[in-house]
Amino acid sequence: MTAKTIGQRTARLEDPALLRGKARFVDDIRIDGTLHAAFVRSLHAHAKINSIDTGVAAALPGVVAVLTRDDIKAVAQTDRLVVALPDRSYKQQHHRCILAGDEVVYVGEPIAMVIAVDPYVAEDAVTLVEIDYDTLPAATDCRAALAAGAPPVHSGATHNLIAEFASSYGDVESAFNDAAHVFKDSYWVHRGCAQSMECRGCIATHDKVHDQLTLWSSTQTPLVAVRLLAEMLGREEASIRVVTPDVGGGFGPKLVFYPEEAAVAIAAMILDRPVKWIEDRREHFVATTQERDQYWDAEIAVDAAGKILGIRGSLVHDHGAYTARGLTVPQGAVAALTLAYVVPAYRMDVKVALTNKVPVTPIRGAGQPQGVFVMERLLDRAADELNLDRAEIRRRNLVPAEAMPYKKDFVTRGGVPIVLDSGDYPGCQADALARADLNDFRIRQSEARAAGRYIGVGLANYVEGTGRGPYEQVAIKIASSGKIEVATGAAAMGQSTKTMLAQIVAEQLGGAMDQVVVTAGDSGKVTMGFGGFNSRQAVMAGSSAHAAAVKVREKALLAASHLLEVDAADLDIDGENVVVKGAADIKISLGQVAKTMAGAAGFVLPGNMQPGLDATESVVINAMTYGNGSAVVEVEVDIETADVKVTRVVFIHDAGRIINPTIVEGQVVGAIAHGISNTLYEWMGYADDGQPVTTNLADYLLITATEMPKIELGHRESPTPLNPLGVKGVGESGVLPIPAAIAAAVEDALSPFGIRIRQFPLRPNDLAAMLAAAGA
Amino acid sequence: MDQRTITLTVNGQTVTENVSTRTTLADFLRHHLHLTGTHLGCEHGVCGACTVLLDGRSMRSCLLLAVQADGHAVTTVEGLAEADGALHPLRQAFSDHHALQCGFCTPGMLTTLTELLRDNPNPTEAEVQIAISGNLCRCTGYQSIVAATLDAAKQMRLG
Amino acid sequence: MKPPAFEYHAPETIEEVVGLLSSLENSRLLAGGQSLMPMLNMRYAMPDHLIDLNRVQGLSQIALTDSELRIGAMTRQRDIEFSSDVAKRCPIFVEAIRHVGHRQTRNRGTIGGSLCHLDPSAEMVTLCALFDATVTAVGPGGTRTIPFAEFPTSFMTSSLLPDECLTAINIHLWPQGHGFGFVEFARRHGDFALVSAAALLELDRHSTIKRAALALGGVGYAPLRMPSIEKGLIGRRAAPALWAEAARACGDIEALEDVHASPAYRRRLAVAMARRALAAAGERALAAQTAH
Repeated sequence: MTAKTIGQRTARLEDPALLRGKARFVDDIRIDGTLHAAFVRSLHAHAKINSIDTGVAAALPGVVAVLTRDDIKAVAQTDRLVVALPDRSYKQQHHRCILAGDEVVYVGEPIAMVIAVDPYVAEDAVTLVEIDYDTLPAATDCRAALAAGAPPVHSGATHNLIAEFASSYGDVESAFNDAAHVFKDSYWVHRGCAQSMECRGCIATHDKVHDQLTLWSSTQTPLVAVRLLAEMLGREEASIRVVTPDVGGGFGPKLVFYPEEAAVAIAAMILDRPVKWIEDRREHFVATTQERDQYWDAEIAVDAAGKILGIRGSLVHDHGAYTARGLTVPQGAVAALTLAYVVPAYRMDVKVALTNKVPVTPIRGAGQPQGVFVMERLLDRAADELNLDRAEIRRRNLVPAEAMPYKKDFVTRGGVPIVLDSGDYPGCQADALARADLNDFRIRQSEARAAGRYIGVGLANYVEGTGRGPYEQVAIKIASSGKIEVATGAAAMGQSTKTMLAQIVAEQLGGAMDQVVVTAGDSGKVTMGFGGFNSRQAVMAGSSAHAAAVKVREKALLAASHLLEVDAADLDIDGENVVVKGAADIKISLGQVAKTMAGAAGFVLPGNMQPGLDATESVVINAMTYGNGSAVVEVEVDIETADVKVTRVVFIHDAGRIINPTIVEGQVVGAIAHGISNTLYEWMGYADDGQPVTTNLADYLLITATEMPKIELGHRESPTPLNPLGVKGVGESGVLPIPAAIAAAVEDALSPFGIRIRQFPLRPNDLAAMLAAAGA
Repeated sequence: MDQRTITLTVNGQTVTENVSTRTTLADFLRHHLHLTGTHLGCEHGVCGACTVLLDGRSMRSCLLLAVQADGHAVTTVEGLAEADGALHPLRQAFSDHHALQCGFCTPGMLTTLTELLRDNPNPTEAEVQIAISGNLCRCTGYQSIVAATLDAAKQMRLG
Repeated sequence: MKPPAFEYHAPETIEEVVGLLSSLENSRLLAGGQSLMPMLNMRYAMPDHLIDLNRVQGLSQIALTDSELRIGAMTRQRDIEFSSDVAKRCPIFVEAIRHVGHRQTRNRGTIGGSLCHLDPSAEMVTLCALFDATVTAVGPGGTRTIPFAEFPTSFMTSSLLPDECLTAINIHLWPQGHGFGFVEFARRHGDFALVSAAALLELDRHSTIKRAALALGGVGYAPLRMPSIEKGLIGRRAAPALWAEAARACGDIEALEDVHASPAYRRRLAVAMARRALAAAGERALAAQTAH
C-alpha cells in the first residue's frame, strides 16, 4: 500500500502565515499593559561590583522599576540557574546568576533590569544605571586559563579547570608502540555563534485570577523551562505555562534557559504587569551562548597499509564562565571523532577550561564538526605521508556495511552504549565520489594549473549521533469537528516540526493534512518532554506521534465498526471519514465518531469501549540512531588574495527513512551553508582583556547567497531498527563534514606549495600568511 | 518627547499617527500599526529582515525614521499583491520550493524580490543571488529561494 | 538598539540647513541614513539635534558638461548607478557603485553621505580622490570649494566646519575613450572593501600612456593616491607586464589593521588590486583605441 503522506513532498503547514507576514514571533505578541525590559550588562570581562546605583535611572519618566539581585532574591528560591546536565567529570560548579550582584565574569553578564513603558525609554534608562566596578584580571584564552598562575575566572576559585575527562577504549599504548607509522598534528577549531535571524525574547504575565504564570519564550526547550521556573519560584509546575510562539531559528543556544527568562518572569510577578524583553543583535553577541575554541593535539597510528591502529590526543575546550548546559560540546567532539571508522584503540584526554566569556553550549552540530575535522585531517595526513589516495585510506578504514550494528567501545554522555545501528558508509562514499567524478576533476585541475589557477577537491565522511532520548511525548485527540489535534512539547524553530508530525499522524488517520492541527511547545497542552536539539524530534516526537496515531486509528476503526456494523478489518480512513473498503459511500466522519465516543450520560458507549478518540504516547528510546554522509567539495583559491571560493558541493547523506524529502533537503542544504560559513567566514573575536570585538553583522560574517556554491544532494535510506518509522535525525548533518572537506580541498588546490590546513575558520588573512611563508 | 504627526500610505491605506521622532519606521509599522510581518533582525542595516518598499523601492526600515515616511507610500509584506485569495506567484513559489523554514527573513526576501521582478522580469540566477545578497538567511542556504524566484519569474511572464 | 532622544528638524532649503547648523549645539546631518542610523541605533552617535536633509530642494541633480560632472550631495547612489550620463562619461563610477552595499542601501544612501562619513574603504571616497574632485560646501559665510585631497583630515573626519553642509561633488572628466578599472576585495558581495584600487589611463595614439591615476582604498584613513606609480607609467606602452611591475610598489605602503585583515595582508591585496585595476584600465583604453 503506498503511503498517503509519509515520503511525500507535502506543502508545509507553517508556510501560509509566514508568507503573509501573519506569523506570531515573540515580539509580535501584543498584550495590553505590557512593560518593556532592558538589561544593564557588564562592561568588563571580570570585575568586582562595588555598588549599583539605580536612582537616576528609576527616576526617568516612563521607567516603572529598576530591579537588581536583591529584588530577585526576595521572590526566587534561588538566585542562580542550576541547570547543568549531570556529569562526574566536573571539578567545580559555577552556575549563572539571574542578576549578578558581587562579581561579573563576562562582558554582557546581566546585572540589573530596567522596566519601562517602551523599549526606547528602557534603553535610555540602562545608560543611567551607575555601577562602580573594580576590574579584575581576566582569563580569556582557554589554554592560558589552565596555566599555573592564570587569573581565576571566578574570584575565590583556585584554578580554572572546570572539568576533565578521558574517553578511551582499547590498548592505546600497544597500538602506538607497535605501529608502522605515527603522525601527529595540532589543530585549532572554532565555531562562533548561532546567529539565528531572530534573537531571543520572552514575555511573562501573571494571571491573578487563576494564579497562572505564563511565559512566551523564543526557546527550544519549553518544558524544561517550566520545571526550572517551578523550582526557582517555589510554585507548582501546573501553575506555570511556557509557550513557544513562532521561533525565528534556534540552532542550539535557544535550548538553554537564560537569566533573562527568569528575570522577566520574576518581574512580571513583582510588578503585576506583563513584561516583555526582546534581545537585540548586539546583546546576542555578548549574552547568548556560543561555541568557541578548541585546541587539539592528536596522533594517528597506522600500519603499513594505512589501516588505523589507534588514535590518541588531548584537547582543551573553552567552556566560558559558567555551566549553562553541560559538557555536550567537548563530549560530542570526542565521541564523533572515530564513529565512521574502525578504530581499535582510542584515547582522548579533555580539559575543559573556564574563561571570562559568555558560556559555551551546543550550536548545530554540537561539537561533532570539530571531532570530524580532526579525524578527517588525520586521515588525509596519513594518506599523504603514505602516498595513498585520500579516498583509498578511508575505504580501508570505514566501518563496513556488513558490520552493522557495530558496537563502539564507549558510551554517550548519558551512559548509553554507542552502537551504529545502520548505514553503508563505504557505499555512501563511493556514491559521493562517483557523483563528483574525480577523474574529470583531475583533468580540470591540471588545465587550471596550466592557466595559473588553483582548484582543489576534498572528501570527508561523518557519522552523526541523532535522536537523543529518552522520549518526547505526543498527545493526539480527534475533536468532534473532525480536526485531528496533535500536541507535543517538541519545539519548532523552522525545521518544519509541525508538518513532519502532521504527516506521520495523517498517514494513519486519513491523509488529510489540512485536518491536522499541531501545537508544538506549549506546556499547557503537554507537560512531559524536553524540546528540540540534537536532531531528535523526528525520531523521538515522530515515534510517539506514530504510536499515538496508530492507537487512535485502532480506536476509530473499532468504534466505527460498531457504529457501521462492519468488521474493523473492512474499514479504512480516507480523508475525513472512516469508510468501508471498496464501498466508500458507506462512511462515518471521524468527527462524528469522536462525538459519539464522548458518550452521553446514562448511555453505553459503542461496543462498551473506553471513551474518547485520543492517545498519548511517550515512546522511550535510549539508544541514539546514527546517520551518516559523505561530502566532496571543490574549491578555487585565488593565489593573490588567498580567497577561497567553494565552487561545488556533492553531498550524499543517509538519515534513514525520509518523511518529507523537500524538508530533509532543506535541512541538509541549510546545514551545509552553515558549515561553509563556519569554515570560511565566522569568527567570534575577543581582545586579550575579554572584550568581544566582533559584535555586529558587518564584523561577524554570515554566508550570503552570492557565496553559495551549487549543492548536489543525494539521499540514501538505511532505515534504523530503533524506531518503527526507521527515521534518523537530519537537521545538523550538513555541517559535520564541511570544514574538513574544505580544508582538504584547499590543501589539494595548493599542493604545489605544500600548505597544510589545521584550522577552521580559515580566513584569507590566515591563508595569505601561510602562502607568504611558503613563498607564494 | 519630540513628536510629530505624520500621514502616509501603508499598503494602500492612508494612516495618520502621532509618533515620537526617534521611532524607526520598522517599529512604527510593527507597534503603531500592528503590521508585525516586517521583522527586526539586527537594527544596523545588515540582515535585511526589515526590508520594506518605500515609494516602490526596497529599503531597510530599521534605518528610516517613521517621520521620514511622512507623505510617502510604504509597502510591507502584508501588502504584497494577492490574486483573489490565492497566493501570489512569488509566495506560491516560495512554498513550492521550500524557500522558507523559520520564516523570519522571509518578509524581507519577498519585498526585495518583488522589486527585483518588477524591474527585471527575467533575471538570471546570478542576478537573483545578487538581489538577495543583502538579505541574510540562516536556515535555507539560499538555493531554494533562488529557485523559487526563477520559477515565480517564469510564472509571471507566462501569467 | 533604539536611537537616543533628539530633536528632529526637517528643513526645506539649504539656507535653513545652514541656519540650523549655526544655531544648534551637538547636531548631526541625516542624509541617506545608511551610515548614521546604525550609529544612532547603537548609540555611538548621540546628537541632541538631527537635521534631516531629505526634504531640502536642489541637492540631488546630476549635471553634465563637456568637462565636468556635477553631482548633488543628496543624489541617491542608485541614481548614479543608473544614470546614462555617468555611464557615458564617467563609467568608473557605475562600476564602483555596484560594489557599494546592496540594492536596499543604494536606494537610500547618498554620495554626499558617503563622502562625509569617510569610511576608509568607501568606494565613492576613493573615486573622488582618484579624480582630484572638488566638493562644494555651504556655510554661514557662503559657498566654498574644497579640493578632495584636503577633504579627509583624519579617521572618519572631514575638513568641513561644524556649520557647513556639503552640497555638490565636481568631477573633472577624463576624455572619452579613457581606460578605467575599479576592483576591490571584499569578503562577501556588498561588504566593505578590505582593499580597493581605482585606475584611470589616457593613452596617446601610439598606445603610450600619457596620463595615469591610481588610488587605493581601504588602506588608510583616506584613499591613497600613488604618485610614484602614476609618474612611472607615463611614457610607457600599455602592456600586461607593465601592470604587474607598476603594482609592485603597492607592497610597501602603510596599511590599517582590523578584525578582517592585518597590514601585511592589506599590502598583499593592494598589489593584487592595483595590478588588476591597471590591467582593466589598460584593456579598456586599448579597446577604445581599436574602436576608433
